[in-house]
Amino acid sequence: MIEVRNLVKKFGNLTAVADVSFEVEKGEVLGFLGPNGAGKSTTMKMITGFLEPTAGFVKVNGFHVQNQPLQAKRQLGYLPEGAPLYPDMTPRSLLRFIADVRGLKGRHRRERIEKVVALTHLEEVWLQSIDTLSKGFKRRVGLAQAILHDPEILILDEPTDGLDPNQKAEVRQLIREMAQDKVIVLSTHILEEVEAVCSRAMIIDRGRLRFDGEPGELKLRSPQHNAVSLTVRGADQNVAAALQALPHVAQVQPVDRDGLDAQASSFMIFPAEGKPVIHEVSHHARQAQWEVVDLHVEQGRLDDVFRQLTIGEAPGTP
Amino acid sequence: MANIWSIFKRELAGYFITPVAYVFIVIFLVLTGYLTFQENGFFERGQADLIPFFVGHPLLFLFLVPAVAMRLWAEERKTGTVELMMTLPITPWQAVLGKFLAAWIFTGIALALTFPLVLTVNYLGAPDNGVIFASYLGSFLMAGSYMAIGSCISALTRNQVIAFVLGAVICLVFLLCGNPTFLQFFQWAPDFLVDGVATLSFFGHYEGIVRGVLDVRDLLYFLTVIGFWLFANVVVLDWRKGK
Repeated sequence: MIEVRNLVKKFGNLTAVADVSFEVEKGEVLGFLGPNGAGKSTTMKMITGFLEPTAGFVKVNGFHVQNQPLQAKRQLGYLPEGAPLYPDMTPRSLLRFIADVRGLKGRHRRERIEKVVALTHLEEVWLQSIDTLSKGFKRRVGLAQAILHDPEILILDEPTDGLDPNQKAEVRQLIREMAQDKVIVLSTHILEEVEAVCSRAMIIDRGRLRFDGEPGELKLRSPQHNAVSLTVRGADQNVAAALQALPHVAQVQPVDRDGLDAQASSFMIFPAEGKPVIHEVSHHARQAQWEVVDLHVEQGRLDDVFRQLTIGEAPGTP
Repeated sequence: MANIWSIFKRELAGYFITPVAYVFIVIFLVLTGYLTFQENGFFERGQADLIPFFVGHPLLFLFLVPAVAMRLWAEERKTGTVELMMTLPITPWQAVLGKFLAAWIFTGIALALTFPLVLTVNYLGAPDNGVIFASYLGSFLMAGSYMAIGSCISALTRNQVIAFVLGAVICLVFLLCGNPTFLQFFQWAPDFLVDGVATLSFFGHYEGIVRGVLDVRDLLYFLTVIGFWLFANVVVLDWRKGK
């Protein structure tokens, strides 16, 4: 497990991480979300011992990262931001080097290398020098070196950045497969990725934790959660008023949608206290004999929650 | 030890899979040849020794060794691989030693490739091969001292040009600090300080060895310089971790 206590990191006058505390248990996949420069990578660099915190500490599997660096580092596999690799090495020489330093020996060493090569599909570039590889392959080599020693704790800084959709799906599948018996912390700015692989999400902004919970809870916070989107043809002024009059409806907003024909108009119906109102809306639409073109419930948009949590509180912005 | 060895192997192999090694070795051999035969009059002296060869080394190393050393850490920082390396279960000492030894052995290989000169001088006359061996050792130790300085400076920056220039300047200071012109800057200082600065000079210690006086104090001097700068290198790495 990872224990982060009152972690602070200052670069001169800039506070990159301001008093962050959390714990991650085995079996959890924690997704770090946040705008660029929010402190995600800095936090990860302190967990892996690359940077020293200004205050606070990190323990991995009980080992204090600053005081017992070697033991702590043995517990960890780390994919740094941008997957930096020695450009003149080949995937083979790089993985052999990492295996040496990680103390893998004999049959076990061979088996582990074969295993990660198969998992990350590096066979076809095995003997090619790394600086000639595509971004996707580089990322996979980075991932391969991180999981080579089958670490209990995996820290992955933007593991799917620069991959095409198929490769992204593969990496996510790989993370899900490894999740059961590991602690995995990954950072991303793709919100759907958090939903797809993480059991827990954290939003960091300007060095502070803004949210810590299940990815599903994030959606609950969206004003759009359980909102109903309705498009009717030939609607008049009364439609909005009629919708507003329905029980549990808090607000009705006309929406401009591209690609609608001139006769149709679209509304977003926000429920009071997030209660589902689809039933009331559809019932009324039938009774009033509106010509309904589209009617669906919004899931809530992570983008909006993200913006709300990370920009909404900034002074001077609405 | 195993970790130092792993890093050493990776680093040394790195020189030979890129053109770095070949360019360096060829230039080193051409320049030593030029200095030995053209500038320092190997044949004209009519003596069976390699002094014309060895006296050129302090100046030659002044720009060749920092050129090798400049990339040791600056390049890793630039490409971000330093993050990969420093999060592996190795100590900063192991990383510093592994890298330094690979770079030092690499210059040692270049130095060893000048062996035809030894054969030549033995063919032409009857040199004191003990002195020649001692001179090689002195030259190698001096290269190591330059390399340790360069390695430490390289850890201070991600810019290789800065690492090279700064490294070369500090090497120059160490080279010339026994020189009377240089010592004039210290006229205000008490004598013991001036003498102290003068004994720090690479040149004085190296010259003694090349003239055939293999003094343990000279060897210790170079080893101390190497040890000091590698220690400083580790301190710099630790310092950058907290920055």
